[in-house]
Amino acid sequence: MSDTTASAAPPRRRLNLHVLGPVLALVALIVLGASLNANFLGYGNVTNVLARSAFIGIIAVGMTFVITAGGIDLSVGSMAAFVAGVMIMAMNAMIPTLGVGVPLILAGMCVALLAGLAAGLLNGFLISKVGIEAFIVTLGSMGIYRSLVTWLADGGTLSLDFAARGFYRPVYYDGLLGVSWPIIVFAIVAVLGELTMRHTPFGRHCAALGANEQVAKYSAVKVDRVRMGTYVLLGMLVGLATIMYVPRLGSASGSTGTLWELEAIAAVIIGGTVLKGGFGRVWGTVVGVLILSLIDNILNLASIVSPYLNGAIQGVIVILAVVLQREGKSAD
Amino acid sequence: MGAAVTAILSAQQIIRRFGPIQVLHGVDFDLVPGQVHALIGENGAGKSTMMKILGGYLAPSEGQLFLDGQPVQFSDQKQAEAQGLLMIHQEFNLALQLTVEENIFLGRERMRGPFLDHKAMQDEARALLVRLNCHVDPRSRIRDLSVPNRQMVEIARALGRNARVLIMDEPTAVLTNRETDILLEQIDRLRESGTAILYTSHKLDEIRRIADRVTVLRDGRHILTRDAAGFTEDAMATAMVGRELSDLFPAKPVPQDEVVLKVENLSVPGRVRDASFTLRRGEVLGFAGLVGAGRTELMEGIVGLRPASGKVAVLGKPLKPGSVLAAREAGLVYLTEDRKDKGLLLGKNLTENLTLLALDRFGTVRIDKSAEDAALTTAIHDFDIRVNDRAMAAGSLSGGNQQKLLLAKTMLAEPEIVIIDEPTRGIDIGTKQQIYDFIAALAARGKSVIVVSSELPEVIGLAARVIVMGRGHIAGELSGTAISEDAILRLAMGVGAERETA
Repeated sequence: MSDTTASAAPPRRRLNLHVLGPVLALVALIVLGASLNANFLGYGNVTNVLARSAFIGIIAVGMTFVITAGGIDLSVGSMAAFVAGVMIMAMNAMIPTLGVGVPLILAGMCVALLAGLAAGLLNGFLISKVGIEAFIVTLGSMGIYRSLVTWLADGGTLSLDFAARGFYRPVYYDGLLGVSWPIIVFAIVAVLGELTMRHTPFGRHCAALGANEQVAKYSAVKVDRVRMGTYVLLGMLVGLATIMYVPRLGSASGSTGTLWELEAIAAVIIGGTVLKGGFGRVWGTVVGVLILSLIDNILNLASIVSPYLNGAIQGVIVILAVVLQREGKSAD
Repeated sequence: MGAAVTAILSAQQIIRRFGPIQVLHGVDFDLVPGQVHALIGENGAGKSTMMKILGGYLAPSEGQLFLDGQPVQFSDQKQAEAQGLLMIHQEFNLALQLTVEENIFLGRERMRGPFLDHKAMQDEARALLVRLNCHVDPRSRIRDLSVPNRQMVEIARALGRNARVLIMDEPTAVLTNRETDILLEQIDRLRESGTAILYTSHKLDEIRRIADRVTVLRDGRHILTRDAAGFTEDAMATAMVGRELSDLFPAKPVPQDEVVLKVENLSVPGRVRDASFTLRRGEVLGFAGLVGAGRTELMEGIVGLRPASGKVAVLGKPLKPGSVLAAREAGLVYLTEDRKDKGLLLGKNLTENLTLLALDRFGTVRIDKSAEDAALTTAIHDFDIRVNDRAMAAGSLSGGNQQKLLLAKTMLAEPEIVIIDEPTRGIDIGTKQQIYDFIAALAARGKSVIVVSSELPEVIGLAARVIVMGRGHIAGELSGTAISEDAILRLAMGVGAERETA
């Protein structure tokens, strides 16, 4: 009964459209960009686009797990602002004891990761243990973190000490072999994320949980723990993104990270992850993030369409992506 | 029979393909007013497809449908419904959050000016339900109703639409014997009023009782159509399977002395009180009782799927409560009765379903995909799962093959004790026999099996000892020759009688 050979053809054909869609869109954007502006494929522009994508990208990888497991997290933008605020305040407070140097930066990074972890843990706890809907919990925490950071900054801006900022700057602006750190970190997160989603029990359990929670429960999957895990993972990745973000401007305010949550969710959906859960694709998310930032970049470089229409075009892309996915499905 | 002349709905030489796979090979079928025409066959014989074509859900690839002697084509099910053709699905088409009345009138609400006429709809709904001897309040929500009552609402909905042709897909699969009796009486009444009825069931005794004519399908081919009178259950089974079915049940294995599972004073709040029993190595223990007696809840309490109090010991060691994983690691697994909602991820492929319960055996950090693939090959072979394509979704398997996949998934955890809840619900007789053989072989290999079933012949045929539950507690135990339908029913009803009428 091993009809392995006769099997693979029909579903693969369907997969192709489904899988290739985002990739084709990305290629089309690159071709378009290159034909509109000679500098588009230049080192400076590519580095700039990728480095800016890194924050949303790192967060979107975590969001892929949350959405695959049937959840949603609206709080990540506010969370990033809050974590950045806490990180900056903690670093400023530690300068007298640690001085400006590597220990201060490392301590600040730990604070950011811990703050992200705590924030994710709180979301995860309320969702999986207390049993409140993810949308409600994260809508609430979105408001809470945003308000907290505004309060901490007293309505203004929290700035990192000038000397520390100078010391920390290279984490955003420097890199290895000409590739800047945010890009390297994003790449590592993306690869690990893809491996985790496709090749580990955690990834499989996320998909099972998103597809049918009852089946997962009856199959001895620790449903609460997996769900909690996705929010904690996302929280820590928000912390990591913040670590890369703070050296860029050296400050945080009430408007830091505005709408990041929606950009991250949009990237996940463009990448082919199912919003209802049950199926997720990390590499698709990476493609989604790149598509969104390329649109922005092209509009800024080429003056055909006003950059103010960026949001509109991104919106059309998101809707189009979902429509294409649906057609892929009904074709089978 | 002259059916072609008087038939309301007839189908000639129906062929249906799904992609390259042909599932119907030129099937004829007709429905006559005032007759019950039973369509029987094994799972995968093409019954569902045929019913969907007759009900307007699917179009035939070739062949022709005739309504009142005129060729028809239904572009969708709504069109068929407008002609009085109604299908009652195995999986109900009811909106759970809406009330009974709202469901019955969904899409054809009675109006009074611009507003809904609630009173008229409620009265009419109540009248329909009374006709069916079903006493639920039209204002209650579907989600609060028992499965049999939902079935009745589904039928009332069809009646409310003045069905001329009623297509019933295994309506009794979820009903108890008593509820089945009521349903069959209703079908009798519908038949007398001139409705043409297509009836399917895996329970051949029902077919004997209710059908005027019987058509047998096998592998998508029309085997025979004949009058039901004189068509014995044995002959039906032989026609369906295409070979003689020897003894349906294998010999009962003899249990050893060692106690592998000991349950003491287990209670599940609101469902089960103080249940205690033991299971020995190599034993097949039956659990019988009426629907709602608490059998499933007891089993779910034992394996940690429901909050429960009391003691459970597996192989002499106390089991950590409330953890399915701990139960699995101790060698105790539960195979759910609800394979579509709790057993399998219907949208996922076979491999992901197969290995979900025992995923840690395929690597703790990285999943070994080639080992998974090998496991699927073994499972397909060992459990005789008929797959068209190894990459197919579990939901595309027929019911019997889904059940085999679920069995394979459960056995991959290498359990010592297997609790199987309704092992053959909605499964054809050929597959049933395979599953019975499998259960007996399991026990013969020194594993222990608990079979929870509402089908008494199954419990009697498989188990050497039967525990009967009623109203949430263990009503009694029967073993050896004392096991009979009569004795089981008496134990089950003895305490359950008041509840039944409630």
